[in-house]
Amino acid sequence: MTELASTTALRATMDAYYRSLADAALRGTAPVAWCTSVGPAELLRALGFAVHFPENHAAIMGAARTANRYLPLAHAQGYSQDICSYLTSDIGAYLAGESPLKAYGLERAPKPDVLVFNTNQCRDVRDWFEWYGRELGVPVIGLHSPRAIDDVTERDIDAVTKQLESLVAPLEQIAGARLDDARLASATRASRDTADLWGACLETASARPAPLTFFDGTIHMGPAVVLRGTEDAPAYYRQLLAELRQRVESRVGAVPGETLRLYWDGMPVWGRLRALSTMFAEFDTAVVASTYCNSWAFAGLDPADPWRSVSRALLELFIVRSEAPKERYIARMVEFYDVDGVIFHDCRTCSSNSNTRYGMPGRITERLGIPTLVLDGDVNDLRCFSDEQARTNIEGFVEQLTDARVATAARGPR
Amino acid sequence: MPYYAGLDSGSWTTKAVVIDGDCEVLGTAVTRSGADLTAAAERAYETALANSGRARADIKAVWSTGFGRNTIPFADGSRTELDCHGRGVAHFVQGPLVVIDIGGQDAKVIRLDAAGRRLSHRMNRKCAAGTGSFLDEIALRLGIRVDELNALGRGSTENLELSSFCTVFAGTELLTLIRSGKQPADLAMAAYRSLLKRIVSMDVLEGKIVPTGGVVAYHPIMVELIDAACRGEVVVPPHPQEMGAFGAALAAFAACEAHDTEDTADMAELGQP
Repeated sequence: MTELASTTALRATMDAYYRSLADAALRGTAPVAWCTSVGPAELLRALGFAVHFPENHAAIMGAARTANRYLPLAHAQGYSQDICSYLTSDIGAYLAGESPLKAYGLERAPKPDVLVFNTNQCRDVRDWFEWYGRELGVPVIGLHSPRAIDDVTERDIDAVTKQLESLVAPLEQIAGARLDDARLASATRASRDTADLWGACLETASARPAPLTFFDGTIHMGPAVVLRGTEDAPAYYRQLLAELRQRVESRVGAVPGETLRLYWDGMPVWGRLRALSTMFAEFDTAVVASTYCNSWAFAGLDPADPWRSVSRALLELFIVRSEAPKERYIARMVEFYDVDGVIFHDCRTCSSNSNTRYGMPGRITERLGIPTLVLDGDVNDLRCFSDEQARTNIEGFVEQLTDARVATAARGPR
Repeated sequence: MPYYAGLDSGSWTTKAVVIDGDCEVLGTAVTRSGADLTAAAERAYETALANSGRARADIKAVWSTGFGRNTIPFADGSRTELDCHGRGVAHFVQGPLVVIDIGGQDAKVIRLDAAGRRLSHRMNRKCAAGTGSFLDEIALRLGIRVDELNALGRGSTENLELSSFCTVFAGTELLTLIRSGKQPADLAMAAYRSLLKRIVSMDVLEGKIVPTGGVVAYHPIMVELIDAACRGEVVVPPHPQEMGAFGAALAAFAACEAHDTEDTADMAELGQP
C-alpha cells in the first residue's frame, strides 16, 4: 500500500483547522458552535462561528483506540452500551477531562457557545448535544428532520427550510453578528465545490486498479467533514484529485496486484482501520468505495438558493432515506465501481447506519446477483469486534469470490 | 498412491485427517487444543498418521484450517473453516445444501450450490451463544460432564424453555429452575432447545441441511432438534467433528492436482507429452 503524497497537505489542512478551533475556544477569536457532521455548517460558517464536529472528535478517539477508556464513564451516567459509541466515548472523554486535541492546547473539547444538531442521521446526536447543553449551560438548537424518506418532496424541503431559517435569529444573537446573504452564498459555494471535488476524488476509484480505497477515503474525507463552507477544503481536494488522476493515468493502484474489488456499507471500524486495510491488501482485494465516504459528496448545493438547496442536500443523504432508495443507491454504486461483492458492517451501537437489520443484504444479493457479507463490529467500541472472527469472515468471503471467479473463467466466455 | 492430510486447529480441539488419492479417510484424530496450538497440531497429526498406518513421508501435502490455521508451521497451505466444512460436506452430500457447523466457540451457517460452491455464510456474533461453550457452561451448572448431557436429556419428560440464549442469563435462569425443583433431565433438554433457537435465527434453514462439528458428533439430540425445527431433510455426514480437517485434506489434494495439471500444461507447451 502506497501512501498518497497529498497526505502531507491533508495533515497541514487539518492541523490549521484544529489550531483555529483552539484559538477560538482559548483566545476568543470567534464564537464556537458545535455541529453534527451533516448539520447546517454553511449557516454557521456564514455567521463567523468556529465549528467543532463532535463526531470527528469521537472518530479520532476511535482511531487512536482510546475510546474504550472513556466508554465506561458515560455508561455510568446511564447512557447505554447499546447506543452510539461516538456519543459515549465523547462524553466519557469529557468526564475524564481529556481530549485528543490536547496537542492544540485543548484539555477538553472546545467550549461551545451553541450546540446545533440535525436529526437527519439519528436521534442520538440530539441526546448527545443535550447532555452537553445541561452540563455546560449552553443553548441546544437544531433541525428536526424527517427520516426514512422515500423520495424527497417539496414539502419535506419546505419543512426543513423553515426550521433552518428559524435558527438564524438565535444564532445571530449568540454570534453577535447579522447574517450576510453574500457570506452564506459564499459558504454554500465553497461547500458545493468541496462536495463536487470530493465526489470526483472518490469516483477515480472506478478505475482499475483503484487509486484509493475506502480506508484512504476515511482519512482524506476529514476536510469535507470539518471544513465545509470554507475555501480550505476545495483547495485541498484540488490537490488530492490531481494526484489521484495521475495515479489513474499511471495505473498505480492503492492495493498492488488488485484482483478483487469490494464495496463497504456502514460505519468504519476506526480502531481497526490499519489492520483491515492491511488484511484486504494481503488478499489482493481493494475496498474501492463506500456509502460512508460518499455521504459528504452532497448533491445540488446552489449558492443562488442556499436555504432550499442545503435543506434538500441534507435530506437526500443515504442515511435519511428508506430501504428502497438505499437499495437503488447501492445498486448504482455496485455497477459504477464494478465490484465483486458488498460488505455490510453491522455496527453494534449504530442502528441508523447498519443496513443489515431489515434484510437488505439478502435483497441486494437477490436483486443484483452479487455476494454480500455481514461483518459484526462497531465504530468505536472494540469490545464488539473480534479480530479472529473478522479475519475468518473476510478471508472466507475472499475465498468464495475467488473460487467463483475461477469457476467462471473455467467455463470460458459465453 | 499419494496421501494427503488436513488439520483443523479449533478453539477447543484440534482435528487431523489422513486421506488417500481416492479421498477415502484412512485415519483421524482429535486432541485438545490447549494453549499451544502448534503442539496440539503435532499431536493430532501424529495420531492420525498412526491410525492410518502411514508415515509423514507418505503424505504429499498437508493443509490447515480453523482459527489456528496460521500457527501450523508444517502446513503447505490453508483455507478457512468456512471453505473446508463446505468442501468436506460437498464430498459426501450432493448440493444445494446448508451446512450448520456448531463448534466450541463459534457457529456457522454455510450455503452451497448444486456444484458445492459457496454462496454465502453467516457466523455468530462475538458471543458464546449458539456454540459448544454454551453447553459446557450448562453442564457445569448441572454438575455433570458435558459428554453426559446428551444421555441426561434423553430422560426429559417436561417441556421446559429457557427464555434467554445468552450464556450468562441462561445459566442464571437454570439456577432459578433448579431451585423450583425442576428435573436435571428437563433442564438439559431446555439448554439444547435454547441452543437450537440461536442457530435457527442465524439464517433461513430449509432444503438439505447438514450439521457438522463437535456438538453434532457428541450431542445427537441437537440433530433431532434441528430436524424437527427445519423445513427440509437433515443429513449427518460421516466424521462430523473432523469435517473441517477432512475438507482441508481435500484442499491439499486439490492444490496438488492443480499444480500437477499446470506442470503437465507447461511440459505440453515445451512439446513434451
